[in-house]
Amino acid sequence: MHVYILRRLILMVPVLLGLTVIVFLIMSMIPGDPALAILGSYATPDNVEKLRADLGLDKTMVEQYWIWLTNMLQGDFGRSYSLNRPVLDEILERFGATLILAGTSLVLCTIFGLLTGVISAVRQYGWADKALTFAVLIGISVPSFWLGLLLMMFFAVELRWLPVSGMYAIYGGGDLPDLIRHLILPSVTLAVVATGIIARLTRSNMLEVLRQDFIRTARAKGLDENRVIYRHAFKAALVNVIPVIGVQAGFVLGGAVYIETVFQWPGIGRMLVNAISTRDILLVQGGVVLVAGSYVLFNLFADVLQHLLDPRVKA
Amino acid sequence: MTSNIATAPDIKAKKRSARPSAFKLLARNQLALMGAAILALVIALVLITPILPLPDPDVTDPAQRLLPPFSDGHFLGTDHLGRDLLSRLLWGTRVSLAVGISASLVAALFGSTIGIVSGYFGGRTDNIMMRGIDMLMAFPYILLALAIVAALGPGLMNALYAIAVVNIPFFARNIRGVTVGIAHREFVDAAKLSGKGHIRILVTEILPNVMPVIVITISTTVGWMILETAGLSFLGLGAQPPQADLGSMLGEGRKLITTAQHLSAIPGAMIFILVMSINLLGDGIRDVLDPRLKSGALARPAPLTKIDRSDEGTGHPVDDDTVLAVDELRTEFVLGDDTYKAVGGVSFSVGKNECVGLVGESGSGKSVTALSLLGLVASPPGTIAGGRVMFDGKDVFDMSERQVRDIRGGKAAYVFQDPLSTLHPLFSIGDQLVEAIRAHNAMSYKDAWAKAVKLLGMVRIPNPERRAENYPHQLSGGMRQRVGIAMALANEPQLIIADEPTTALDVTVQAQILKLMNNLRTDHGTSVLFITHDFGVVSEICDRVAVMYAGRIVEMGTTEQVLGNPAHPYTKRLIDCVPRLGEPDRRTAAIPGLPPAVNNLPAGCAFADRCERAEDKCRVGEISFDDLGDGHGVRCIKPMEAANV
Repeated sequence: MHVYILRRLILMVPVLLGLTVIVFLIMSMIPGDPALAILGSYATPDNVEKLRADLGLDKTMVEQYWIWLTNMLQGDFGRSYSLNRPVLDEILERFGATLILAGTSLVLCTIFGLLTGVISAVRQYGWADKALTFAVLIGISVPSFWLGLLLMMFFAVELRWLPVSGMYAIYGGGDLPDLIRHLILPSVTLAVVATGIIARLTRSNMLEVLRQDFIRTARAKGLDENRVIYRHAFKAALVNVIPVIGVQAGFVLGGAVYIETVFQWPGIGRMLVNAISTRDILLVQGGVVLVAGSYVLFNLFADVLQHLLDPRVKA
Repeated sequence: MTSNIATAPDIKAKKRSARPSAFKLLARNQLALMGAAILALVIALVLITPILPLPDPDVTDPAQRLLPPFSDGHFLGTDHLGRDLLSRLLWGTRVSLAVGISASLVAALFGSTIGIVSGYFGGRTDNIMMRGIDMLMAFPYILLALAIVAALGPGLMNALYAIAVVNIPFFARNIRGVTVGIAHREFVDAAKLSGKGHIRILVTEILPNVMPVIVITISTTVGWMILETAGLSFLGLGAQPPQADLGSMLGEGRKLITTAQHLSAIPGAMIFILVMSINLLGDGIRDVLDPRLKSGALARPAPLTKIDRSDEGTGHPVDDDTVLAVDELRTEFVLGDDTYKAVGGVSFSVGKNECVGLVGESGSGKSVTALSLLGLVASPPGTIAGGRVMFDGKDVFDMSERQVRDIRGGKAAYVFQDPLSTLHPLFSIGDQLVEAIRAHNAMSYKDAWAKAVKLLGMVRIPNPERRAENYPHQLSGGMRQRVGIAMALANEPQLIIADEPTTALDVTVQAQILKLMNNLRTDHGTSVLFITHDFGVVSEICDRVAVMYAGRIVEMGTTEQVLGNPAHPYTKRLIDCVPRLGEPDRRTAAIPGLPPAVNNLPAGCAFADRCERAEDKCRVGEISFDDLGDGHGVRCIKPMEAANV
């Protein structure tokens, strides 16, 4: 087990390196002079030259990458021009908020996705299955940013049950109940698409597993149907669904960009959108590397979990 | 998400021979048709938008701002600058559709090129390209698009490129998979030998064959891409004013969410309708192309086979010392319009402490017979269509699910072939044994575990305490079969139904398992129904034998009678197939021809077409099962002479 985790950790290094190379290459696609792009067309030639030196633009690409990478490894992600503070401070501050939102959503979509999929499979072609299958189809077709607005209009603006936006109330907030109240709408919205995808996959996997010979064996043993479905079939199906839940972590982290914008959630997604508008390239770079890196970590976690559940999986 | 696409060409080939689809599929197709209709309507509307009598979408009119829907002259109202919302919606849909479709085409072009090249050349090219694709997939989807937009700057074209790039991996992977499958087929080799260059082969041989997969991948991703480009515009990173797509309209509407809700509700609904209709259509196409749905292979099998008895057998009384009596059992599979009569009226019995062999070629219906006994035939598509199974004096087909469950694994237990697939791969064998024990005995987990270890010892598994903690894949084939037998023994059954328990094993292990089963019979007085295709095995363990052909018993008798004095030509031929020790020159002739398909059985004797003794009267009417005396019976008009011995 430990060997497996260690191996996976070592295998992660080239992935993370590749990730930084891609981010670096994308950022070097910036048309024209990045320094000029950052400072705007009113910048003085002096300032542009100084920034060019700051950014290391006078060096070769490989040197630039190396400097960027080693600085990053030492915790120096550069300085945000629009916020005038170190990039790392900003992204770490924001990242917590995103993790709370994305983490809650991931828990929600896992629970409801598995539940929906299993019920659908057990009641195959029954009315519950038909209703759930249709709901799932709506779930994966609905634009989350629109759904967020609709929920906000209804539950926050019309009914006033929940706060409209933000993470804490401006006055008198800040405690856990306050956070949860603010968290409900954005996390539910963010979870909808992923719930649909997990539900679909769980349903088809359950149906696939229920045809397997070992299910017939379980029945031949005289086990009752609940045990056959919820112990034998579900465990076998779950093993196939877990990697997809890992992939959903990526959809949820990415989708957070929309939801944070809609609900004014002070996370890294909204920061990225703002940073792109203000052409704050270093902030974008740092944010993307951090989020993508944490996604890689999460996938590692999903792999380890699958390994724990399925004794057949070898590294 | 799109992994099953890779097999699409095969599916298509099969489809031609398939029967018309079932009603359930039709219902799904209706949804798909609905999706197609909505999509066609939207596309038609959008195409004729320029000639519709609509106001200019960009002309502002502050006096008319924020009119609600259904206002005079503005069917959907106006926005914050007094622009007509219906006009803007249709023009915006045009942009969104165009951008989404273009992004799909760009992704399809680059992704397919990478996939084809990677799959065709293989080796190092493949390795490097696929590592690159893996890297792209290591990013959370939208994040990569954001990074690209960040570099290129906000704008509709840049959003298009960004969404296209992040979708390239889907195409590259799918197309590569299919290309790998055809890159070494004969027609490609032929093209190479004829001196065609790589590029010509790629374009003229490979591309036409992967085209269907490319089209299917486009149809499953285009909705997603429309959604994502709209999303970037919504964030203000796509379409820039005055140009508007559905996403940027929604983004603007959001700012007025408390005062003019229609401004965000309407463009969002349009995106939703578009994506939903595309998804409906895509799902429908995939369902129709998937042959598993037709065959019912994706239907959930019920805990008990569907019983639909038109008759209840001959109703002959059952002897007291008979454990199992099967009376005119018929089991059918309905696939499409075809009915496969897998078991077509089978009668036999198993007495106390008796071992009865059920012998036949694969497809003769012997396994289905075994599974039918306790309603374990998967249904759908299986149905028990008639007959009676009396177990311990009671009719199994009259029992409730719960009563059958009590017998299963209790008084009657199964041993299956191939225990690698019949044991649950994710539970330890001890755990699976405990479950079998506790299904019929109120016992603590600890006591049951101790009993499980004892059972493993009984079937001669060395070191049973340790082995109980192993998973099936950690054991050898022979060991796994012993576990299967241990599981059958868990509750001291009266009857063991063993379905080819030795087929997957090599000869020495086979002998050990047979010996084990024989011992169990003598030690515990258990009855055994032994299903096999191997007469060698039969002679070692069985008291009586029934020979099955095309779903019916053609000969039955004691092992000596049937093996030493076969009356049915089929039995004779089957026995002749077995090589004998010390007779190297003996002809071991295979039987010419194939058994008839059980969905299209001929009149008369099913074996007639393969029988050298067949006459015209063999092919008419029902051939009766005649008693030859001493419990030896045969279903043949001209049984072999006893002189053949």
